[in-house]
Amino acid sequence: MIALSAALRASQAACTSSNAIFRTMSAAAASDKILIEVQPFSAHKIEAPSNKVETTLSELRAHYLFMYRMRRMEIAADMMYKAKLIRGFCHLYDGQEAVLTGIEAALTKQDSIVTSYRDHCHHISRGGTIEEVMAELFGRSTGATKGLGGSMHMYNRKANFYGGNGIVGAQIPLGAGLAFAHKYRKEPNVAITMYGDGAANQGQKYEALNMAALWNIPIIFVCENNHYGMGTAEWRHAKNSSFYTRGDFVPGLKADGMDVLAVKQVVSYAKKYALEHGPIILELDTYRYHGHSMSDPGSTYRSRDEINAMRTERDPIERVKKLLLANGFDAAELKKMDKEVKKEVDDAVEKAKAAPIPPDHWLWKNVYAAPANTELRKVDGGYNTPDYDPEYKN
Amino acid sequence: MMSSVQGLFSIRLQTAIFSTNYKYIPAVFASVAGRFIHHSPECSFATNLDSDAKDTGNPSRKINLCNAVNDALNIALDTNPTACVFGEDVGFGGVFRCTVGLMERYGRERVFNTPLCEQGIVGFGIGLAAMGHTAIAEIQFADYIFPAFDQLVNEAAKYRYRSGGTFDCGGLTVRSPYGAVGHGGHYHSQSPEAFFTHVPGLKVVIPSSPREAKGLLLAAIRDPNPVIFFEPKMLYRTSVEEVPEGDFEIPLGRARILREGSDITLVGWGQQVLVLEQAAKMVKDKLRISCEVIDVRTLQPWDVLTVEASVNKTGRLLVSHEAPITSGFGAEIVATISKRCFLRLEAPPLRVCGMDTPFPLVYEDMYMPSVQRWQNYCRSRQS
Repeated sequence: MIALSAALRASQAACTSSNAIFRTMSAAAASDKILIEVQPFSAHKIEAPSNKVETTLSELRAHYLFMYRMRRMEIAADMMYKAKLIRGFCHLYDGQEAVLTGIEAALTKQDSIVTSYRDHCHHISRGGTIEEVMAELFGRSTGATKGLGGSMHMYNRKANFYGGNGIVGAQIPLGAGLAFAHKYRKEPNVAITMYGDGAANQGQKYEALNMAALWNIPIIFVCENNHYGMGTAEWRHAKNSSFYTRGDFVPGLKADGMDVLAVKQVVSYAKKYALEHGPIILELDTYRYHGHSMSDPGSTYRSRDEINAMRTERDPIERVKKLLLANGFDAAELKKMDKEVKKEVDDAVEKAKAAPIPPDHWLWKNVYAAPANTELRKVDGGYNTPDYDPEYKN
Repeated sequence: MMSSVQGLFSIRLQTAIFSTNYKYIPAVFASVAGRFIHHSPECSFATNLDSDAKDTGNPSRKINLCNAVNDALNIALDTNPTACVFGEDVGFGGVFRCTVGLMERYGRERVFNTPLCEQGIVGFGIGLAAMGHTAIAEIQFADYIFPAFDQLVNEAAKYRYRSGGTFDCGGLTVRSPYGAVGHGGHYHSQSPEAFFTHVPGLKVVIPSSPREAKGLLLAAIRDPNPVIFFEPKMLYRTSVEEVPEGDFEIPLGRARILREGSDITLVGWGQQVLVLEQAAKMVKDKLRISCEVIDVRTLQPWDVLTVEASVNKTGRLLVSHEAPITSGFGAEIVATISKRCFLRLEAPPLRVCGMDTPFPLVYEDMYMPSVQRWQNYCRSRQS
């Protein structure tokens, strides 16, 4: 535990010391280019991209807004869980916002994405609304998956978001399949499959890596390393915790996952690489403030000091906020944005609370497609004609 | 060659005739009924007075199911120096606190966390057991047992058979919490017991109360065959009972009769037994139907004789489980009893089980074979 905190602090110290900000003009306009130096990337069997990232104020503003929306949504989910409006399992993403923001900034909606159960934010990053997420968490029919999937199962077909998977590591070979389809259809798109450091020990990940490398599939494996596989620290569950090297013959890059610009840089680079050469692994060094899920206090296996240190020194939203303010962004406008986001989340929660529960007969919809001659038996053995109705029209 | 085949056939015919020879049934029934004592008129949580549990004569104390499991693991580690307990997050006590204190008492060499790899955990356990050690593996939720399915079915179950008895992995016990918990959704509520009963070579054991859990777990760990022990997670905290301190075992392969009755036999296991008990009580109070409630305890091999004797007494059978009805273990019970008690049955045997859909989140109430549904079906079977 002490070794882990020291390592985390060291990486953070390296980051702030090399953070140099250059301006091209004296007054910062929204579209002025700002050059930020991020922490250098670690590379395995590949040349690392440059760690000087170009950005603009308007881009930083968009990043800030998006991350803040995610943060407030997850905090609202926390409160609703404690109020017992959300039941079941609820895995929160706060602390890891920069990972998703950076990824989405580097990709398009035509690139497929698949992730684990920590997927509330992926739904909104792929075009969903906060209200849909909250309604899904409450189990209401206006939710992202009609209230039938719950916290771990959010999907968005139009935006190529393939979920939301409950079983750890099961999404990794799925991602390989998605990427294969992109290649087969000759699309200039990649698939991103996201998993955590715990899942990096699953056998199916290595099966997927082997297949992807063998067939040159344009897939980006993203390991969101938040240093804990639920309650077990990475040094206790992985012999080699440099997850970006675990691909062996598959090249890898490691970036600071709390820095949205570093993530964006490395993902754009990875996308170019994947389209040309095949699979690549990205390890994004991040941290989750909450426990593994709402049933886990998160403090039995790590100290509160560590969590607080992360919050004060490496928080992704604070970092972008500092950049914005240092480059002349109006603090009052930031406050206004904050307020709007809070209101958006509060409204979403209220609307979700008022939404209806899914009707009973939706229970046996969409178990099978074309369910002719299939009968789903009921509790007493009686028969129920199943229904294929992906629109849930009635 | 032909004569030996004919010989086999004649033996099977004779057995078939014997099994339907009612002359023998009352004697079997009498001895069985005498040995299994039922009860629980007042409380919903059955207390087992099974006289064939080897009691230490020690005092007992009131503990819940997860403490009973912890107790059993402590005894297993204490009495067997080769025993190891491993699984995801067992070190700090596990997600249900069943392994609390073990690492502190027995050390990291014997109680340790594994990485997130179910297939690896079970495969590793099989290897350890093949060396003669006692490997007690934990799969964090039964829903996650499927990556290990190949190891269990193809490796563990067949090791003794395919090596001609040279090797075996009898020291392997896989513990896993199963069953609905009220808010588990698709992947924290499944009951996969039926898949494993279909594999000759494995044993499947499911306790329904703290005393059962401790006795059955100790028996399972010491059984010289690979055993899968499903623990009803809903009962970890809610089921409290007087559990004898000290070492005792409840034999595998024997069912227990919780409540004697004369009108219908209700068969279940794990947390469903609680539902059956409550339903039996309700139905007795309201409809004056006397139900005999049986907890099979071991699903593979299951106690055919006890259930058969009971159905021969009552003439009606109802099996209930949470798992989906199609090809659930209830099907096996119903098929076997239908054959053995065919001429005695007064009504077709019935199954009241989970629906043929993935385990739902918001619809859990509708899905579960609950007490309300039970009442309806008991009533309908009576008529």
